[in-house]
Amino acid sequence: MNFDFTDDQQAIKRTAKDLLAQRFKPDAVRELAEAGRYDDAYFAELAELGWAGIFIDEEHGGQGLGTVELVILMEELGYSLAPVPFLSNAAAGLALQHAGSDEQRSRWLAGIASGEARGTAGLARDGEGALIADADSAEVIVLLEDGGGTVYEASACEIEPVETIDATRRYARVRPSGEGEALASDPAPALDRIATALAAELTGICQRTMEMSVSYARDRKQFDRPIGAYQAVSHRCADMLRETESVRSTMLWAAWAAEAEPETLPLAAAMAKAGASDAGWNVTSSALQVHGGIGFTWEHDLHFFFKRAKVDGALFGSAREHRERVAELSGLGRAAPAPA
Amino acid sequence: MDLTLSPNEQAFRDELRGWLAQNQPGDEPTGDEASFEFRVAWQKQLHAAGYAGVSWPEQFGGRGATLIEQAIYGEEMARAKAPPTANLLGLVMGGPVVIAHGSEEQKQRYLEPILSAEEIWCQGFSEPESGSDLASLKTRAVKCDGGWSVTGQKVWTTLAHVSKWCMLVARTDQNAPKHKGLTYFLMDMAQDAVQIRPLHQITGEAEFNELFMEDAYIPDENVLGGVGNGWAVAITTLMHERAGLGASAAASVKIALGQLIELAKERGVAGDPIVRQRIASLLIEAEALRLNAWRGLTAIMKTGIPGPEGSLPKLQWSAVNQGLTELAVAIQGEDGMAKDSEWNYRFLRARANSIEGGTTEILKNIIAERVLGLPKLR
Repeated sequence: MNFDFTDDQQAIKRTAKDLLAQRFKPDAVRELAEAGRYDDAYFAELAELGWAGIFIDEEHGGQGLGTVELVILMEELGYSLAPVPFLSNAAAGLALQHAGSDEQRSRWLAGIASGEARGTAGLARDGEGALIADADSAEVIVLLEDGGGTVYEASACEIEPVETIDATRRYARVRPSGEGEALASDPAPALDRIATALAAELTGICQRTMEMSVSYARDRKQFDRPIGAYQAVSHRCADMLRETESVRSTMLWAAWAAEAEPETLPLAAAMAKAGASDAGWNVTSSALQVHGGIGFTWEHDLHFFFKRAKVDGALFGSAREHRERVAELSGLGRAAPAPA
Repeated sequence: MDLTLSPNEQAFRDELRGWLAQNQPGDEPTGDEASFEFRVAWQKQLHAAGYAGVSWPEQFGGRGATLIEQAIYGEEMARAKAPPTANLLGLVMGGPVVIAHGSEEQKQRYLEPILSAEEIWCQGFSEPESGSDLASLKTRAVKCDGGWSVTGQKVWTTLAHVSKWCMLVARTDQNAPKHKGLTYFLMDMAQDAVQIRPLHQITGEAEFNELFMEDAYIPDENVLGGVGNGWAVAITTLMHERAGLGASAAASVKIALGQLIELAKERGVAGDPIVRQRIASLLIEAEALRLNAWRGLTAIMKTGIPGPEGSLPKLQWSAVNQGLTELAVAIQGEDGMAKDSEWNYRFLRARANSIEGGTTEILKNIIAERVLGLPKLR
């Protein structure tokens, strides 16, 4: 029984933390967010380091590592709020790797792993995706719906940009206009891994905004003492720690289970995403409260994290939807049909 | 990362599980006296098999179990629905504090009867005016011929009426700063100068007692860890928190959540979306509690220092246990109000969870100050 990363995993974490801290200083994130764009050089650098294909099989140009390595990167990407099309590309890679046919894998995974022909994936309803990250710059789009999925070349889709509250990531509505190709199998194992990756990103956001709050509560003085000396503030911070560490533990469990104990993955991933969606909201909104008025200003960086957390909470299933899965997987049977 | 048990841990668990299958504790009888006798018999059975005091070093009659093994022990006992041991405080606090601070003579004298439940121990820390602020306690010990004369009042003293020894912290120096003037004593309960009054709690039972001391006598050889060192000794006692606590608490709330799910089905509300959402939230919180507890233990085993997650299980456990018992009572509606219903007892008893063994508020202070490094309140 141990939760430790291996030496290699620790090296990945250190490299990611250091590099992202250098590249994505708050001003750099702000500049891109305010312009609503990415800088391709950043993603190219990460792809060059092998990050984009970290979990993709070596035969398709990836690193051949697993979900634990992916969540290590995702947590640090969340911590730094890096505006890069990483999650979307990883989601497409996971969907194709775990549910694609041999031919689909051969065709798309290499480009996803190298970052030269990126992909994206998202949930669809009635064949359309309402909020698909980075669809406007992807070459392949995988729409997932009801235990299946369809792979589209981007040129076979109408892509309409959607501005969300999260300016650090680009989103679009996707309407297929041409033919797609069905995935070979149920993408559930991919969806569980994507949910876990999002839980990791939210863990990083929680960690960062908790640190910002603690540091502010130490420095900011009112009534002649640091506000962090007041229990109304310090207990809020203690609750932020509880939520952050709980999500980290649950997310790590899900990431470990993905390869080591696949029968546990559906429950662990649902718990991780439900917990992370809630914690992402609770911790970032608490952070805003601790910061008081300054946290409500555009010039403070907090709102970029707060908004990303809110959108992450909704992507690939909300807390409510994942709790419903937890209920079903825990012996409560199926939910009663909604009244007509 | 490897969240499975190592071969050694697996062997420890299998052996214990096998033993528990052969030695099922059975149902605990109701009534204070009968249940105490039952717990004494259970502890003797554990002791005969070497399963009392698993965390104690082997040279003192324990098993020298690692933190993970202690957690496995707690989990397996919860799974087997084993009752608490009769001498719980002796095993988790008394023995470890004697081992850490006692003289050779004290170790010889006190340890074996703790394991065998021949001598029951109780804890005399809290006072009516000193709860969370323990160091403000007022019980006074004055030097007398060959020992100390103790006068004062203690409260929340579990099992005082059947105890032989009381771990008593009293003020021996009135002039020293509040943390410095305290001494840790082992007080013989069998004397007229110690009076015990049962304290009835909101469940109607009397798990706890009040203790009144009027010139109670404690010989010099019953000072533990030196005169004036009481605070340091008491703190190590409190630090000997059961490593298995988080893991066994997680295992018991998991069992309780299984019962809650059965209740929801029996009552026809298993399909109700609000009930489902609330049960799922509790399941998620219970799982986080389990994972935080194990992650905390593995951090201590690796580095010797508990990680931030290790400070969480107690307050998470109290919230989950309160939440699940409240929901069980709510699901039963008017039927749930019956005084003798099992859920109602658990619902009422759970109210103490966020108070006993460190209030949630004190635990949050500790997290804020020691884990997050926020400025001290005082």
